[in-house]
Amino acid sequence: MKLLARAGFWLLVIVIALFALFPFYYAIISSFRSGSQLFSVAYWPERLDLTNYAAVFERQPFGRNILNSVIVSGAVVALSLGLGITAAYAFGRIAFRGRSLLLMTILAVSMFPQVAVLAGMFELIRAFGLYNTLPGLILANLMLTLPFTIWVLTTFMRDLPKEIEEAAFVDGATPWIVVRRVFLPLMAPAAVTTGLLAFIVSWNEFLFALTFTLTNERRTVPPAIALMSGSTAYELPWGTIMAGSVIVTIPIIALVLVFQRKIVAGLTAGAVKG
Amino acid sequence: MSGAVAEASAPGQVIVKGRRSSLTRSRIRAAWLFVAPSLVVVALIAGWPLARTIWFSFTDASLNSLSEYEFIGLENYLANYDGEWFGILTEPDWWHSVWNTLWFTLVSVSLETVLGMVVALILNAAFPGRGLMRAVILIPWAIPTIVSAKMWNWMLHDQFGVINDLLLRIGLIAAPVPWTANADTALWAAVMVDVWKHTSFMALLILAALQMLPQDIYEAAKVDGVSPIRVFFRVTLPLIKSALLVAVIFRSLDAMRVFDLIYVLTSNAKETASMSVYARQQLVDFQEVGLGSAAATLIFLIIALVVVITLAAGRVRLGEDPR
Repeated sequence: MKLLARAGFWLLVIVIALFALFPFYYAIISSFRSGSQLFSVAYWPERLDLTNYAAVFERQPFGRNILNSVIVSGAVVALSLGLGITAAYAFGRIAFRGRSLLLMTILAVSMFPQVAVLAGMFELIRAFGLYNTLPGLILANLMLTLPFTIWVLTTFMRDLPKEIEEAAFVDGATPWIVVRRVFLPLMAPAAVTTGLLAFIVSWNEFLFALTFTLTNERRTVPPAIALMSGSTAYELPWGTIMAGSVIVTIPIIALVLVFQRKIVAGLTAGAVKG
Repeated sequence: MSGAVAEASAPGQVIVKGRRSSLTRSRIRAAWLFVAPSLVVVALIAGWPLARTIWFSFTDASLNSLSEYEFIGLENYLANYDGEWFGILTEPDWWHSVWNTLWFTLVSVSLETVLGMVVALILNAAFPGRGLMRAVILIPWAIPTIVSAKMWNWMLHDQFGVINDLLLRIGLIAAPVPWTANADTALWAAVMVDVWKHTSFMALLILAALQMLPQDIYEAAKVDGVSPIRVFFRVTLPLIKSALLVAVIFRSLDAMRVFDLIYVLTSNAKETASMSVYARQQLVDFQEVGLGSAAATLIFLIIALVVVITLAAGRVRLGEDPR
């Protein structure tokens, strides 16, 4: 009986692992197959054919798309963290009037459906002359990352011991110096987690990227992959789509695996606490 | 340390007090300076666009002439001309997208909750390779939605897809199913992908709650010989209820604004459109900013309503005042 339960447990573990891993595994296999090979189903890699990987860069500005994504996500992370850390210091450590209300408002923003701001954001971006530019996307993506950055950093900030700060104030430090010298180093782990989450959100963002860009050179990776087409209308571009997908996913998976514990901590801090 | 300083200057306590309050005042001033940039940005990129969207919903604005429009009141929502009703509230396509979205949310979040619970209970057990498993289940979550949609689109391909191949092999179906082309199966396909992608998120949140449970209750239950199933329903579930509810709310809000998954998986088809897909279609593809904004405003209201109802029903406080 006990043996049976044990076997059942491990069977379940294996099923979960297969369920989680198979689609990406299948994408990798498919990315190595091209032409008529794709008309049959294969479960094992046959050979390492990199044609699709070359094609994805030749047929369209995919290198440019990746660079765009890196620039947009990097800038979004930097801005979110810069604004978020200072705001989180005030929200987490200073009792001022209206603090809870402001925090709740910011939390409410993170529940906004993206499409609800689409028309207004479109007008704003056009008014600033940022349509079809990367700064336009950076600005738009801040709406997705800034609220939860502030929220998660505030929960981290609250849990830091009071004594460190008081000591600095007694020594005559100004709040600005306290943030820079005392909290910034202490916040480094939290900042890495939140920054990583913001990076992933921005890297994956599709609706704004699809709506606020026009030309292929300005697209980030998600719309580039979504709009990928074959060289002819009759060709199935699945091989190249899978190659592109694998290329943009591997760095994210690597980041997530390296920072696994921190990410889980960040996710649960953002959602469960409070 | 601050205590020591206060003690040392005990004779001049009034001065110390005075310094405290000036420090408090300067900290409050600093607080406003610190939050100001963030507040300005949030107001600019969330508050203002939302207000403009709501405003546009009362106008006949179109995308190529966003500056020339007229106020038309509620006509985008509901209007009556010569006894006939017009407006988004009379559009079958809109109601269809509402139904699609609610159905999608209900089915995927339910499945994710149940499966997430199973995964969390497994990961909560001590077994070799637990850390590895935790990393493994994070992978679907890490993959960009657009990539998951494309991957599954390929796997669900009616002729060359691996899902049809597998199902044919084990004899569950007699002929390949065109999963994403058929309106009945396309939403199930979307649910399948969403469950694949987000079960891990649910599992991690539940796991975090499970790991905070006091172990002595379980030892007591074990000594008393209570069956594990009874322990789960009588002890575990009530204890993690509020964490579970928060996770369900977060997932539901996410599912209700679903866009990319359905847009890519079912190639923007009308029958399977979600509310967000419908709104964007009006707004961008048909250039009808007024109608699209009306749809977007309704989505905002629906989601806000769901938040208020669940928070009131579950008596969950999402944000607690900072200590």
